[in-house]
Amino acid sequence: MVLGTYKEALSARATDKQIQKISQDGGIVTALLSFALDEKMIDGAVVAGPGKDMWKPEPQVAMTSEEILAAAGTKYTFSPNVWTLKEAVRQYGLEKVGTVAIPCQTMGIRKMQSYPFGVRFVADKIALLIGIYCMENFPFASLQTFISEKMGVSPDLVEKMDIGKGKFWVYTADEELSIPLKETHGYEQSGCNVCLDYVSELSDLSTGSVGSPDGWSTVLTRTDSGDSLFKQAVDAGIIETKSMADVKPGLGLLEKLATDKKTKNQKTIDDRIAMGLPVPFKASNEKEDPLSNY
Amino acid sequence: MLARIKEILGIEAKPETGEVASEEEVEKVAEEKPRPRIGYIHLSGCTGDVMSLSENYDILAPLLTEMVEIVYGQTLADVWWDDENPMPEMDIALVEGSVCLQDEHSLKEIKEVREKAGLVVAFGSCAATGCFTRYSRGGQQAQPAHESFVPVADVVKVDLAMPGCPPSPEIIAKTVVAAINGDMDYLQPMIDLAGTTEGCGCDLQLKVVNQALCIGCGTCAMSCQTRAVEMLNGRPEVNSDRCVKCGVCYVQCPRSWWPMERIKKDTGL
Repeated sequence: MVLGTYKEALSARATDKQIQKISQDGGIVTALLSFALDEKMIDGAVVAGPGKDMWKPEPQVAMTSEEILAAAGTKYTFSPNVWTLKEAVRQYGLEKVGTVAIPCQTMGIRKMQSYPFGVRFVADKIALLIGIYCMENFPFASLQTFISEKMGVSPDLVEKMDIGKGKFWVYTADEELSIPLKETHGYEQSGCNVCLDYVSELSDLSTGSVGSPDGWSTVLTRTDSGDSLFKQAVDAGIIETKSMADVKPGLGLLEKLATDKKTKNQKTIDDRIAMGLPVPFKASNEKEDPLSNY
Repeated sequence: MLARIKEILGIEAKPETGEVASEEEVEKVAEEKPRPRIGYIHLSGCTGDVMSLSENYDILAPLLTEMVEIVYGQTLADVWWDDENPMPEMDIALVEGSVCLQDEHSLKEIKEVREKAGLVVAFGSCAATGCFTRYSRGGQQAQPAHESFVPVADVVKVDLAMPGCPPSPEIIAKTVVAAINGDMDYLQPMIDLAGTTEGCGCDLQLKVVNQALCIGCGTCAMSCQTRAVEMLNGRPEVNSDRCVKCGVCYVQCPRSWWPMERIKKDTGL
């Protein structure tokens, strides 16, 4: 199961025009967090909000749909959202917290829920965990470097970034620039190279652009609560869906990228183990399922 | 170890499905299982660990009265040991606090606990890693000579370590239920930690960042109980003035050890 356990795979997008306009792809995260807030399934959400430097996000406890909307769009550098879950529970007093997390953050949250050694009464307050697909993450200085040096544009002028069709794209007010994705390799953080999870396999539901047409997202519903929230949002008209079978490029591409990530990173894990370096995952020769996430 | 716990508790290992230790779960366990004899040994610690245990309000009454038999302890039960009243045999000894090497009573007591208890649990970070007592330098009233405080495993063999300053009420409840159920899969990380007697915010730098494993997720900063860890440019930054050497930041990191099977059970994924 290269995509982890899921109930349903669908192509989807938010119906709200404002969300469509500013979201990265289908606006699923923004729409679902807002919907969950409106329906009181969550009291607030930890999101990657705008920071003081452009394109350098900071975790933020969003208490309104406006704040969630203001955090829409992918940032390609770290936002340590898990850190702020405690603040959401303690300082904000939230009983039901929603959050958006990349695979490693999802893993940190799930480990904390199963083994809450030092984390007192936070695990039970995580009401919704939306995962996003992630191949790798760039340190902020890496982004600055390849945008300013390789693409020749000031990061301050960039209005949107995107990864697709094998390229890293930036959009300014009047330009559309791209470099082949392979030119960004070597700029990602090393920790990403041992990660075996592309599609946030342990989230309540996960989403990302891969597999769906432009402006749409592929959604994998996973837990009962994730599946139920998604269905309610569809019933309420917040989200519209298409069958994965009817869209291009389809689930095959998602499976291919997930397999590529696992295969490549499993090799890094094997190499590390051969060198005697620590890594919390198993070597390929110890695994029954070579595509499993550990 | 599995055989030993099973023998001590007189039960067959039967892993549960891993739900949170709910009231129903505790009641079910209370009805079905024999009551293990528990001792609570209080060495050099602040009583925070037992306070955290007692924060399990919803399960505390059945836990203390129906699930376990407290045979030794100064706080939970008014029973302790002197020359006339020998220390009783115990299935599980929860040891709170580190061992003061200048305190002959502590040394004598911990050695006696090792003799009398089937399973010695370093309960809380003072017992597991020394925690803030690692900073002791003596010269304080009322015992100026008391200056050396070491984790329990420096003095006797420890079977399980449960770090935390204090450990959360939930991990205590989950561990007690797992121990009574003989759920070894759940306890395994704590058995593995029994040999770890040093913990520090610097573990994040040495064992995660330096080892090219950090992904800047922020789990360490969330888990720090003294707010000594913050995230700076996607990496943990440890304020050593605030770090108490509890070891929780590294234990909680998804890149230190990874309990995939347990998480799959818990999430149903």
